[in-house]
Amino acid sequence: MSTIAAISTAPGVGGIGIIRLSGEDTFKIIEKIFIPKNKNKEIKGYNFKYGHIINPKTKEIIDEVLVSYFIKPRSYTTENMCEINSHGGNIVMENILEICLENGAELAEPGEFTKRAFLNGRIDLSQAESIIDIINSKTQKESKASIKQLEGFLSRKVKSIKDKIMDVMVDIEADIDYPEYNLEGVTEKKASNMLEDVKKDLLDLKNTFDNGKIIKDGIKIAIIGKPNAGKSSLLNALLREDRAIVSQYKGTTRDSIEELMNIDGVPIKIIDTAGIRNAADEVEKIGIQRAKEIANDADLLIAIFDISDKIDDEDLEIIDLIKDRKAIVVLNKMDLVDENCKIDDRILNLNKKIVKISALNKDGIEQINKTISDIFKINEINIDNEVIVTNTRHKNLINKAIESTNNAQISLENNMPMDIVAIDIKNILENLGEITGENVSDNIINEIFSKFCLGK
Amino acid sequence: MKYNAGDYDVAVIGAGHAGCEAALAAARIGMKTVIFSISLEAVANMPCNPHIGGSSKGHLVREIDALGGEMAKNIDKTLIQIKMLNTSKGPAVHSLRAQADRKRYQMEMKHTIEKQENLDIKQAEITKINIKDDKVESIETSVGAVYHVKAVILATGTYLKGKIFMGEFSKESGPDGVFAANELSDCLKDLGIKIVRFKTGTPARINKKTIDFSKMEIQEGDKDIIPFSFTDKAPNIEQVPCYLTYTNEKTHEIIRKNLDRSPLFSGEISGTGPRYCPSIEDKVVRFADKKRHQIFVEPVGLDTDEMYIQGMSSSLPEDVQIEMYRTIPGLEHCEFTRSAYAIEYDCIDPLELQLSLEHKKYKGLFFAGQINGTSGYEEAASQGLIAGINAAREIQEKDPIILHRYDGYIGVLIDDIVTKGTNEPYRMMTSRAEYRLLLRQDNADLRLTDIGHEVGLISDERYKKFLEKKKDIEEEKERIRNKTIKPTEKVNEFLEKHNSSKINNGVKLAELLRRTELTYEDLKEIDDDRPDLSEQVKEEVEIQIKYEGYIKLQNQQVEKAKKLENKLLPDDINYEAIGGIRIEARQKLSKLRPRSVGQASRISGVSPADISVILIYLEQLKRSKKGE
Repeated sequence: MSTIAAISTAPGVGGIGIIRLSGEDTFKIIEKIFIPKNKNKEIKGYNFKYGHIINPKTKEIIDEVLVSYFIKPRSYTTENMCEINSHGGNIVMENILEICLENGAELAEPGEFTKRAFLNGRIDLSQAESIIDIINSKTQKESKASIKQLEGFLSRKVKSIKDKIMDVMVDIEADIDYPEYNLEGVTEKKASNMLEDVKKDLLDLKNTFDNGKIIKDGIKIAIIGKPNAGKSSLLNALLREDRAIVSQYKGTTRDSIEELMNIDGVPIKIIDTAGIRNAADEVEKIGIQRAKEIANDADLLIAIFDISDKIDDEDLEIIDLIKDRKAIVVLNKMDLVDENCKIDDRILNLNKKIVKISALNKDGIEQINKTISDIFKINEINIDNEVIVTNTRHKNLINKAIESTNNAQISLENNMPMDIVAIDIKNILENLGEITGENVSDNIINEIFSKFCLGK
Repeated sequence: MKYNAGDYDVAVIGAGHAGCEAALAAARIGMKTVIFSISLEAVANMPCNPHIGGSSKGHLVREIDALGGEMAKNIDKTLIQIKMLNTSKGPAVHSLRAQADRKRYQMEMKHTIEKQENLDIKQAEITKINIKDDKVESIETSVGAVYHVKAVILATGTYLKGKIFMGEFSKESGPDGVFAANELSDCLKDLGIKIVRFKTGTPARINKKTIDFSKMEIQEGDKDIIPFSFTDKAPNIEQVPCYLTYTNEKTHEIIRKNLDRSPLFSGEISGTGPRYCPSIEDKVVRFADKKRHQIFVEPVGLDTDEMYIQGMSSSLPEDVQIEMYRTIPGLEHCEFTRSAYAIEYDCIDPLELQLSLEHKKYKGLFFAGQINGTSGYEEAASQGLIAGINAAREIQEKDPIILHRYDGYIGVLIDDIVTKGTNEPYRMMTSRAEYRLLLRQDNADLRLTDIGHEVGLISDERYKKFLEKKKDIEEEKERIRNKTIKPTEKVNEFLEKHNSSKINNGVKLAELLRRTELTYEDLKEIDDDRPDLSEQVKEEVEIQIKYEGYIKLQNQQVEKAKKLENKLLPDDINYEAIGGIRIEARQKLSKLRPRSVGQASRISGVSPADISVILIYLEQLKRSKKGE
């Protein structure tokens, strides 16, 4: 297989970045582009070398780095690997990657390191999924959640739910398989109590996904407002609060720019409509239409109004746009009006959280951060205490388990015979079993024999 | 001195429940067949319990019938009590269980075999199987007769190196005092077939006149008899009751006091016993806090006063057995006719078999029944039938019949043992079937008669009747789905009477049938143009409509599973050459050589990741073949 290279840290976050190489030619490529301080040529696995990355053509020094070596098969992909720890920012890392590619490496496809690890038998599917999440994690919080999942927090929680189900399931099944023994079986009441209990647990677990999603994908915010309401000033003010970890890169929406900031460790993506301004000259005409498109894509809208001005048709369109959405109303240019000036009823009637600011003087910016944090309950997301479902596959399985629980409850209400109810209950176990990878039937049978005394 | 004793297509070794089905199936398909038993008095013997069926086992018997096997018909002719179990628990787990007249069951089966065209039955001990170029060539009896055969089906039950234990006493013996077969398993060993040791046991038999039944609960059979076979009429018989009594602290005390005399606890028995079939001493030790255990007293036949004491299987010494049995209410003065014993025997590791029950290495060598590590008459008969069919089909150069897990309990049973193996005698249970609602005892004929007919075990006449039944079911379902019931006074009065909510608009009859409180029979009152249909058709219509939603869901699951089952793995697949499969999985796959990706996914130690890799590999293989 070819030797691949990629920047393995997410763009824009932090001052340290890692470029990873994997494949047969890894060490050859490194030898060409890396001048270690210590001239000793011996390569040892799990070892660092300090030195400089150079451009072999120009002999120009690109960055001061640490290179770690992993000798096959004792590496993540089970191939020869190196990791270049660069101190540079985005541009430097791009440069280093380019040099790797010029000297024999191929650009890795997304997830290709994990795919190789997986295809080489290094990791199993659930580990792979979790590691993919680690790779994609953009902030510390998320990385913590991924590691916890890997360590089995989720498995343990799921197991405790399964135990509750199994307890009832075994009674039903033993009674079916050994009808001649007067086993107690399971009353509808007992089954119904269990299902209620399990459903609550599953819903709790599911809710952690929404938090998980916030940590993983971040919160997408669009600032909308008519031209000159102060969108750009607000954006700059917001970003300036956290300049150290702000960077600019091309957003997913065409001709828009996403800015990245962070509130209490949660990544916030602000879709910068200012980007549109650069893309088109007739800003006035396309402004609202574009804002609508962008608003569709956002988790939260910040609608900005000029309080020193009267509400006009364009403002009304903005009001219409946010009325059924998660939104914050920001009243800008407080520096131009009296502190207690009257707010238009049409804005008040929206019943949205209102923040008064002066983008010019940077007044009230902290309040916006706090409001965002409150709306998404960012402070309540406590990675250390919470089981967090960050993986969509796991969430789907939990959703399926909830659906199976609902079905079992419906079957019970409809007075279906216990073995029909048991089919639904077994489905819950199957759904959860797919998360932890266990065979449900074998478990039930083992439990039957450990719990009951049956047979000739 | 060896002599040439003749040629056969198929030879069946052992005439228990597996052997009888195997021999009858092969002969009926048209193979020249011979069946051997060490003693012809032991044909279709029930050395353990005297009943056929039970939860999930009743399903097996019905499936055997649908495929054209004999067990259902034989028990219908010889049953002395029958019950439909689990009737309060929903249609999927209804199951028949019958007390057999043991001797008559044996005689009837033996006679059926004797009368069968293409089939010879012989009393002999087979001591050797000769294999040439990995293919079965001939078999030899202990007295030197050599039979040239194309296929051999081993159905040796508990006879191979059988050894019985009763406390300190032990001796080499088959079940029920018949000789053990001591040479054949050495022959298997020489062929490189792995031999494991399992054990089982049986309780004592007691003379009826020494039992006080007034101290026991009486257990009657069903008033309306539903026979096992789809084509049999209910036999007109007087049923014989069973009885229920319990052990007590005194019983347990005697057991505990004498545990050191049990070969199970002293370590003399090395074989693995089944958890679901524990001896009474096992139960007392494992469930120490249980104050009493159920004991069933079952008749063994009409022409005998021997009673079978279910729940009291034991390997304790005879004197201890007598002492403990006499602590049980009703058995205070009991006299044993036969004592309880444990039996240890050789069997093979079923992982060496294909889903057809043929050995993976040796062509023409089939295994069925207890030798494969299973337990139970019904489990044995199921395998015997499939082995018989597939031995015949191999000779006919036809593809083997493989029942999938969604086809029947037989499919589940065979898939389980040849894919996962078993470390204790394997018993069928409804919990083992993932598509339980589809694998009902009432629809076994709908599931399997086509296959039975295709292989030649279901006559054209029976098949024609079956197709009519199927048509009746479909037509009646269609009628019920389309018939509108109007909200007349009569209808609402009817609904009220059955505690069912009234209707304001016209509803389809099928809608009303889906209500749990209304049965097909109830609805007759408001269903004036109802056709005259058989009980079987009515039952089927009712279940299929009532549980339609659930059935549909399971059918969807089956469709999903079929995709993996239908992805066959090439015979020459080299797992060593597929990068990315973990070592454990690679070893297991290389050894077990599963037939399909579905089967591979059930092998322990093969992870979903390994399956993904195999799928990627198969895809690559397909593409590269296309490219050629």
